[in-house]
Amino acid sequence: MRIAVFATCMGDAMFPQAPRATVTLLERLGHEVFFPRQQACCGQMHINTGYFEDALPLIKNHVKTFQPILDGAWDAIVVPSGSCTGSIKHQQAMVASKLGDQKLANRAAIIAENTYDLPLLLTDFLGIEDVGAYFPHSLTYHPTCHSMRITKVGDAPERLLSRVQGATVVPLPDAEQCCGFGGTFSLKYPEVSSALVSEKARAVASTGAEFLVADDYSCLMNISGRMSRLGIATQPLHLAEVLAGTRDHPFRREPAGTTLTTRGKA
Amino acid sequence: MRPQSTTETSPLQWGETFRDGSRRMVGNDQLRANLRNATETIRSKRDARAAETQNWEELRHAGAAIKRYSLDHLADLLEELEANVTANGGIVHWARDAHEANAIAYDIVARHQVDEVVKVKSMATQEIGLNEYFADRGIQAVETDLAELIVQLGNDHPSHVVVPAIHRNRSEVRDIFTDNFEDGNRPSSDDPRELTMRARTHLREKFLNAKVAISGANSMIADTGALSVYESEGNGRMCLTLPEVLISIVGIEKVIPTWQDAEVFTELLPRSATGEPMNPYTSWWTGVTPGDGPQEFHLILLDNGRTTVLADPLGRDALACIRCGACMNICPVYRMVGGHAYNSVYPGPIGAILTPQLLGAFEDGDPSATLPFASTLCGACYDVCPVKIDIPSILVELRRRSVESGAGSGSGWGTAMKASSEVMRSGRRLGAAEALLPLGRAVADKEGRITQLPWPVSSWTKSRDVPSPPTESFRRWMSRREKAER
Repeated sequence: MRIAVFATCMGDAMFPQAPRATVTLLERLGHEVFFPRQQACCGQMHINTGYFEDALPLIKNHVKTFQPILDGAWDAIVVPSGSCTGSIKHQQAMVASKLGDQKLANRAAIIAENTYDLPLLLTDFLGIEDVGAYFPHSLTYHPTCHSMRITKVGDAPERLLSRVQGATVVPLPDAEQCCGFGGTFSLKYPEVSSALVSEKARAVASTGAEFLVADDYSCLMNISGRMSRLGIATQPLHLAEVLAGTRDHPFRREPAGTTLTTRGKA
Repeated sequence: MRPQSTTETSPLQWGETFRDGSRRMVGNDQLRANLRNATETIRSKRDARAAETQNWEELRHAGAAIKRYSLDHLADLLEELEANVTANGGIVHWARDAHEANAIAYDIVARHQVDEVVKVKSMATQEIGLNEYFADRGIQAVETDLAELIVQLGNDHPSHVVVPAIHRNRSEVRDIFTDNFEDGNRPSSDDPRELTMRARTHLREKFLNAKVAISGANSMIADTGALSVYESEGNGRMCLTLPEVLISIVGIEKVIPTWQDAEVFTELLPRSATGEPMNPYTSWWTGVTPGDGPQEFHLILLDNGRTTVLADPLGRDALACIRCGACMNICPVYRMVGGHAYNSVYPGPIGAILTPQLLGAFEDGDPSATLPFASTLCGACYDVCPVKIDIPSILVELRRRSVESGAGSGSGWGTAMKASSEVMRSGRRLGAAEALLPLGRAVADKEGRITQLPWPVSSWTKSRDVPSPPTESFRRWMSRREKAER
């Protein structure tokens, strides 16, 4: 298959390990991966904060960048983020339509139909659950809100993880509870956001797992940012990073500066 | 516990912003523990009841469809209702706002020359501040729902639409009863059974002496003129049957077409609200029946902003709400701060969309205009709503309206959003900005953590670390790979 990758702005700039692992995984499975260079941001932050006008140029750019799928240039678009996939699928066309650009809305809708969150691309589009991964560590999975409730990934991540050789999956208490990030919510209501992420961090710590895995680096950044401050040793990791490792090429920690490591209590 | 607002404006908005309210409440550990216990209990019961109901999704679908149909045909259904209530011997009044509704109710009570009335728990009367209006005119409106009584005697505000005293524990209740009950009826312990029996003794006397009762209604049936109250304690039935005069104050959105439609909500409401397959008492009344029950029945149909909300194609969906409170029980934000932080009788996710709409508040500086931002948009409220109100989408739309009316213009958010939009609108611009990211590494500690950042992310780093930027963006990694292949 020919698969275009949307790295997301966060994935591109701050957490390249997620899109990199996505590329590594898909190529290992024998697919051809494309990186349309004009891509930038889906507009989720601007839309969710109420700034539709400022989101419009971002949506235009996204549609222009991924328009070749309309002509069959690729078979699918993959996104290593549940919330950005949710924004592409449920916000871009809606915002374009509200701001009076129906042509843009129509294109955005077709692009959205062909866009997949990584776990759903694997299980539903490619029809594969065992990706041949090897990850000899314990992990706990946080099913991020937008993956669960907007992108509707269902149990795809759990099914994929259950086939990973060597991995021990420990259930996360109150897994479906929001981590409290909410984009700019965390900046507008920092006290409430901190209280929520503290609960999540304590739930993660209670599992004793070596890694906290999720399908979205935004949530991981929030939870691991709090864990780091609280001195909790569990390390954040994207689902793609777990699935990318094999016996021949096992998972290798990124150099310092790309992943938080723990330190003593603040 | 009563919120200290600087200006007591209206029960729909007490004058404080969610920001101030949430800050004040989030540090209250006792409150959080009370909320956590109570919401978790109700949630697990609700989940069990939904799971065991084989056609749960069909019921939700039916409930959603009936409410949307009713809103689309509201004017016709209300006229049909009025004709049938009148034909059944009731008297129908129309109230445009809180003041009109209170004045109509007060005139009726004053005509009967009583200084005390009994009340069935009702959000509509909370919304219009009926108790306070009556108190100012020398009439005591006695709440007969146990939790509502606790709130009233504690000089407090309700914290939830179904379980108004959710934020109180048993020892607080004992203290409130000790302060308020007559000699010989004061509790000697905080045993729930004793507390309940003391309240029962206190209320029995009120029921038997009341000449006038005031209620709301869970639904009104257009084609028969019947009204309903769903409750758990039997206090509602006492109020609805013992007094000579009954005044029901009901929001106009509560009308549904037929009896058959009501059966859907008889299944949906108790399961969603309290996790019970059926509520213990469901009372229906239709006009006046000679020799049985109240001999004078008044129905006050309340608008109070509802027709304005109805005129809005997206926001009107909030009027489909059946006040089950399920969105509050599941909301992570509500659970951290409780209902008082929202500074309105309608708290939680539904309150965050209903309150600003009822008040038409989208302007900067209006405390209600900040409510739509009081959510992480996690979407749990939409999942659990028995009538499928897409609360997250309405929240986003209301945020947009707030932004477009100039809210936040002075706060720097507009500038930040515009600036980031400039950078994020093309791969070239984002790539150029990423070239500067390694500068961020300079402020990181030796383990790669950033612990302090300037506004607007300073509030993030107060409680969280940020990883220092990577040595190479994904974009550059892809370029390097492609060059190596060539």
